[in-house]
Amino acid sequence: MQPSEVLRIAWEAIGKNKVRSLLTMLGIIIGVAAVIIMIAISAGTEATISDQITSLGSNLIYVSSSFSRMGPGVASSSGGLIYDDATAIEENISGVKGVVVEQDASETVKAGSVSLDSISITGTSPDFLSVRNLTLAEGRFYTADDITNKKKVVVLGFDLAQELFGDTDAIGQTILVSTTRLTVVGVLAEKGTVGDVDYDARLYAPISVVLQKFAQTPFSRIMGDQIRMIFVQVDDTADMDNVILQTQILLAKRHNVSLDSLDFTVTTQEDIIATQESTTSAFRSLLAWVAGVSLIVGGIGIMNIMLVSVTERTREIGLRQSIGATPADIRWQFLTEALLMSLVGGMIGTAVGVGGSWLFGTVSSMRTVIVPSSILLAFGSAAFVGAFFGFYPANRAAQLDPIDALRHE
Amino acid sequence: MKAVHMIIETIDLTKVYGMDGVSVTALENVNIQIEAGDFVAIMGPSGSGKSTLLNILGCLARPTSGKYILDGEDVSNLDKVQLAAIRNLKLGYVFQSYNLLSHTTALRNVILPLLYDRTRRVPQQEWQGIGEKMLEAVGLGDRMHHQPQELSGGQQQRVAIARALINDPVVIIADEPTGNLDSRSGEEIMGLLDTFHKKGVTIVIVTHDPIVAAHTQRTIHLKDGHIDTIVHNGSSLHQIAKKEADYAAI
Repeated sequence: MQPSEVLRIAWEAIGKNKVRSLLTMLGIIIGVAAVIIMIAISAGTEATISDQITSLGSNLIYVSSSFSRMGPGVASSSGGLIYDDATAIEENISGVKGVVVEQDASETVKAGSVSLDSISITGTSPDFLSVRNLTLAEGRFYTADDITNKKKVVVLGFDLAQELFGDTDAIGQTILVSTTRLTVVGVLAEKGTVGDVDYDARLYAPISVVLQKFAQTPFSRIMGDQIRMIFVQVDDTADMDNVILQTQILLAKRHNVSLDSLDFTVTTQEDIIATQESTTSAFRSLLAWVAGVSLIVGGIGIMNIMLVSVTERTREIGLRQSIGATPADIRWQFLTEALLMSLVGGMIGTAVGVGGSWLFGTVSSMRTVIVPSSILLAFGSAAFVGAFFGFYPANRAAQLDPIDALRHE
Repeated sequence: MKAVHMIIETIDLTKVYGMDGVSVTALENVNIQIEAGDFVAIMGPSGSGKSTLLNILGCLARPTSGKYILDGEDVSNLDKVQLAAIRNLKLGYVFQSYNLLSHTTALRNVILPLLYDRTRRVPQQEWQGIGEKMLEAVGLGDRMHHQPQELSGGQQQRVAIARALINDPVVIIADEPTGNLDSRSGEEIMGLLDTFHKKGVTIVIVTHDPIVAAHTQRTIHLKDGHIDTIVHNGSSLHQIAKKEADYAAI
């Protein structure tokens, strides 16, 4: 039989029971749409995370303390990064555009009648803004001079400034951090939360002030001021690996450790994005599997209806056999019907999925990215489901005995 | 004079149904010869084996033993696919309950056998023309695009006859073709079959109705799986001509 005739018969059979066919397809429609939407949401989340990470400056190398060599407990009393490491990197390594140190603390902050507990303080250096890709809303950032002279100045995160001063201008005001008075010289523009750091809810003070007043470490006179992290911005992306290696060699030498047992770790944004992506991709495949289950349920629906259809049309099958249809003809006819149903369902599902992803991205705060391969995946699985679950009913139809089939009431 | 062409010949046709160790012999050593142009009725009480014989003659079932030679070809041992091709090319069925596809026009119903024709492969663009011609031949030229539910029983059976004839079969096998019809429509259908018989179509009809059987030339009576009697129902012109041919052959 010509394929066009097979298709025509299948299409007519589907058309004869429009409501039933549509309800059967619904399983596939939902399954396909779910796969596409789920993947679009997780891809959107991934893109958001990666954008946020790259928004914190480009070509960055993160050098952070690790105390693995020391084991737990003894960790904080020795080793780790010190302030002078940053200076050494800046002075000795070529291809470095800027170096920024960071040390965190947490203190109570008061301004007038407002008092806020446990406000995060980031002690950092003047290049912070350019290296971390942050901008000022107003005022100025502190300078190298402020650091050298341990000036009691502070730059506020956007939300913190709002909380402390409301609509009144924060510049020039004084705040009390623990027992130290600091003068506000600037307010950062809004940045939001990246990873678990809320850049708007903290304050930024000269590293020298933070180390002296809020983050004193024991032995700092002997070992130098410990810091949490050094950010190294590299001039040229192609130079990244070279700078990483030089940094490792330099710091290993300064810390007197061998290269295979470093007491610090060097990571890049790419590493962080990759880590994030591996988390979200696990999440993504979980979502895809859940959506896939609904496709299987849809397939069972198709099988169910096809079995009903075979029973209902037993006489028709008998007649077709009596006028010359072979078992293969009958099998193809019903398989085509199942396939056609799942493909049409797949098409509708794709439309619903793409539309739904777009709608979800527009209406909700979550970002969605429609992944073309997800459409292919969803559509392919729909076709597979149709063929897989259509085969058994089709085979059953093909194996009917013509005499019994003709006699069927 | 043309030599006699045997359409159906069975040699010791036997069918045994085995059910749970108990075997039932439905047909035993049945020998039938049906020549081209014959119009034959098969009668018998229920359980006589006439359905079984019909199924074997219609290539829907295979004999347990014995031979069935259809149009010069031994079809007793063909497989399912080969039998399907034989049914398509050489046989035309008319059923008691018409067996038309619902929600499908008379024309589409009639051309259905062409869809499964793998041998002659009539080009698809000719199907409609052939179908229309067949419907005109059964007197339904004005009902081509009606669906079965819009046709009377007699009209539906005419569509079925057109469908049976479309592949130019060597024999028409009709199973109680008037069983679901009132006597007038039944007579019309028998009249139509008579017409095709006169044009040279070979017809085998299974019936329990003596009036239907009277239309045929011969009635084969079955009883308990054997041929009981064969009754010749008078001599039509056709038959006389054929007998003369037989004598001439001697």
